[in-house]
Amino acid sequence: MKWKTDDNGWSPYLAGALLGLLAIASAYATTQWLGKTSYLGASTTFVRAAGIIEQTVGPDHVAANEYFVKTKVKVDWQFMLVLGIFAGALISSLADKSFKLESVPPIWEERFGSCVGTRAMGAFGGGVVAMVGARMADGCPSGHGLSGMMQLSASSLVAFVMFFGVGILAARMIYGGRNS
Amino acid sequence: MSTDQLLGLVTGVLFGFLLQKGRVLRFEKQVGAMLFKDMTIVKFMLSAIFVGMVGILLLSDMGIITLSHKPMNVGAVVLGGALFGMGWAVMGFCPGTSIGALGEGRWHAAFAVVGMIAGAALYAELYPFFSETVLAWKDFGKIGLPEVLGISHWLIASLFVGGGVALFFWFEKKGI
Repeated sequence: MKWKTDDNGWSPYLAGALLGLLAIASAYATTQWLGKTSYLGASTTFVRAAGIIEQTVGPDHVAANEYFVKTKVKVDWQFMLVLGIFAGALISSLADKSFKLESVPPIWEERFGSCVGTRAMGAFGGGVVAMVGARMADGCPSGHGLSGMMQLSASSLVAFVMFFGVGILAARMIYGGRNS
Repeated sequence: MSTDQLLGLVTGVLFGFLLQKGRVLRFEKQVGAMLFKDMTIVKFMLSAIFVGMVGILLLSDMGIITLSHKPMNVGAVVLGGALFGMGWAVMGFCPGTSIGALGEGRWHAAFAVVGMIAGAALYAELYPFFSETVLAWKDFGKIGLPEVLGISHWLIASLFVGGGVALFFWFEKKGI
């Protein structure tokens, strides 16, 4: 098995295994220092970000919304974790020179052309639908896919199968099964 | 910065570093896996799950950490999971990787991030409606597979790891 990939990254088995160790260390550290076990996740932060943005125009509306009240709009552990992902990816990509400005990804360009506006609409629209789904399912590939599967949660196995199952079907329909 | 924010930030930087090194942040990798052309993200996720699973179950058995299952609310998980899958295929990122992709220069991920914040705002507005419909169908509560199947968690973990390793060999044989 190769430890380096063709694009100069680390073997996904190695990087993934290290992420597993990070998940264990994180569960331990949050229990010890914060008094409650917290698991890696990302999608709840988008609710908090939406709440923080809405607070600037309508604080009363946010205070009266049941879901924002339930989620607690604040910059918490997970919010900083998500910001940290940005910083970690930036540091890593600058260090190994894989940082690359990209406006339209190749598979998208092959199917929909190189127009940035089309890609922007796809990314935005896909984002809206995906986040409604993630909040409904109460997790994304981090919270359900990684953390929930590690704990053998029943809901996470169902969510994991749905994420990939529907993703595979949708990708085939959208980008076609063409083998280049 | 409070302790919880600082701990979150440090954990997140390491998380983002590993996601980037594993090359799983890219649109090509995420959609590539859905098209069975490049299984990098599946190898990465399953490796993380298997290693994490052993440690998490062990620490839980020792009473050091507590498990926190998300509710097995059937309608929500099935319908929500399906909506997520559809959106994911178009967007080509998931919530965590969109932020990381932005960090490695894939700036079109910004549209995905804005879309997801809009989606979260929309969900907050629709929450009363969902509470009475899809979220109210059938909730089995916060349950784990060991309770559902009535067998040891170590047996289930072994089956997952066994199946996963077989899958890894198949991927490598196929060169995907």
